[in-house]
Amino acid sequence: MINLNRRSFLKATSGALATGSLGFPFLASAAKKRVVVVGGGVGGLIAARYISKGDSSVEVTIVEPKTHHHTCFMSNEVIGGDRDISTIKFGYDNLASHGIKLVQDMVTEVDAEAHKVKTAGGTTLEYDRLVMSPGISLKYGSIEGYSEEAAEIMPHSWIAGSQTALLRKQLESMEDGGLVVIAAPPNPFRCPPGPYERAAQIAHHLKHNKPKSKLLILDAKDKFSKQDLFMQGYKDVYGEMIEWVAAADTGGGVKSVDTKTMTVSTDFDDHKVAVANIIPAQKAATIAQDAGLTDDSGWCPVDLGTFESKKHKDIHVIGDASIATGMPKSGYAASTQAKVCAASIVALLNGKEPGTASYANACYSLIAPDYGISVVAVYALAEDRSEIKKLGGGLTPMDATAEARAREVQYAYSWFNNMTAEMFG
Amino acid sequence: MFNDHILAILLTFLIGVSFASNATADVASPEMLANTCLGCHGPAGISQGPATPTISGMSELYIIGAMLAYKYDNDEDKIDEIIEADVDFEDVEFFARISTVMNRIAQGYTEEEIKILAKHFAELPFESAQQSVNADQAKTGAKLHETHCEKCHEEGGSSAEDDAGVLAGQWVPYLEYTMADFASGDRDMPKKMKKQMEEAHTANGDDAMRDLIQFYANKK
Repeated sequence: MINLNRRSFLKATSGALATGSLGFPFLASAAKKRVVVVGGGVGGLIAARYISKGDSSVEVTIVEPKTHHHTCFMSNEVIGGDRDISTIKFGYDNLASHGIKLVQDMVTEVDAEAHKVKTAGGTTLEYDRLVMSPGISLKYGSIEGYSEEAAEIMPHSWIAGSQTALLRKQLESMEDGGLVVIAAPPNPFRCPPGPYERAAQIAHHLKHNKPKSKLLILDAKDKFSKQDLFMQGYKDVYGEMIEWVAAADTGGGVKSVDTKTMTVSTDFDDHKVAVANIIPAQKAATIAQDAGLTDDSGWCPVDLGTFESKKHKDIHVIGDASIATGMPKSGYAASTQAKVCAASIVALLNGKEPGTASYANACYSLIAPDYGISVVAVYALAEDRSEIKKLGGGLTPMDATAEARAREVQYAYSWFNNMTAEMFG
Repeated sequence: MFNDHILAILLTFLIGVSFASNATADVASPEMLANTCLGCHGPAGISQGPATPTISGMSELYIIGAMLAYKYDNDEDKIDEIIEADVDFEDVEFFARISTVMNRIAQGYTEEEIKILAKHFAELPFESAQQSVNADQAKTGAKLHETHCEKCHEEGGSSAEDDAGVLAGQWVPYLEYTMADFASGDRDMPKKMKKQMEEAHTANGDDAMRDLIQFYANKK
């Protein structure tokens, strides 16, 4: 009964927001409020911690099936060989000290009407507000012959962990003189500069261990993130080793793979490969699809000021799964979306109007151990809430000094240490 | 007279209204603004290193000066104009400084937001970086600091009260970058600092900066 009452209050609050009316302070004395967070990656962890910090009376529960998280960031350095995979592996031990509960299980059902989620293990969790930060799923079917099984032979390595280790192992054991192909996905996808940083990291390994080898990027796009900087870096550091092929020159990138003959094909050419990294097209994670949070694009439309779903009330979607118009699908973007979302949820649960949002992105790519580039941006919500509008930022200049590029690597490592401290510390 | 009086009231009213609408509606809270910085500068503004500096506990004026230099890409005339136009910036000193990403990031914040951010981080506690140092070099550095630096970087470079940068407890690579930028002229410094740097260099040669850095890295 109490819950029902509180829920109808919250509905009243959300309704009042649209008409610009101010808070409902009496809500503050309501019974213990519950937030369930689906996903223990960047978005989920940071949302949980900032909600808990913002209002310690809120009961925050993260549901995540994996016992450990491998960060996608710096996983390309693992593939390149300069970093051990153990350094991107983190546990959830510190969550309890922040007052956050962890349920190690997989959410299999979201009942938006009843405000409940169910897990594979048979647990039912009730929520006042639900945060979905489930990440991506891969559209295996977008490339003929590619599948979850095929990914054990031609890894995507786009969800870090065993797939990262597999690609590294294949590079270690390949013969000198072989061809490595990266199939770069169409937009939108997780980590827009990721495939291109990966190319550089693989070339770093090849240059020092298998210098007769070649790397081909077969792209499903005609342009990509930080393109001029990457192309300059490839040439500066790796000479002719990396070749990037635009979609226009192949009829749209990789169309099919054959794991038996180790062949990667476009409409025009078949390539016999030593190692293939096939990164297929993407959409929001399966649970987001199943929960009815996605639109025709396969991603989740949200209010850009609170990240509340446009499909279901009291459910917020952040990170790669969301359509955060104006922001890239990056780890840093997810972290600031999580903070905006957390502040909104704390406000709404306390009967207040969410405050003005501020967002940022900072994204480093490592071309070589002493050669880093970056893109950064600061954003605010557009007045009509139609986009997250860039206010400032930009790319590393093309004529940056060698010293500045070397420093960017050290700042990238700082980014990694501070991001992971925010998530797991 | 009567009309003038009404006009004055009207004007006051109009100015008041326009101030109110500028100051309130769109500016995010200090926490909201500061949160965007923490992915790189660390939880609560305490950097986990290896290079990004800790910004909590720094001087408010120092942060404003740095952010204005970044935002306006060291355009001295423009920055002077900004400082003169705003009484809150009265005591801000401008020194040109280079950066990798901060000059791009600072463009995204208004002067108002820069003030809010500076005040917010200045009020948060500083925590020293946990790092190993060379004790002998730090010892030599301590003497150099006492002779050449303490007058402006008070309490062994740990005070923010002096409105100079907080050096004590920062990460070694950050301190090295900073010193290299001063030495190369990529970053401007006050005349008296230049003089002291030269004297320290004359006394101890190239080791002087290294030893000073070890001293600051070691100082809590």
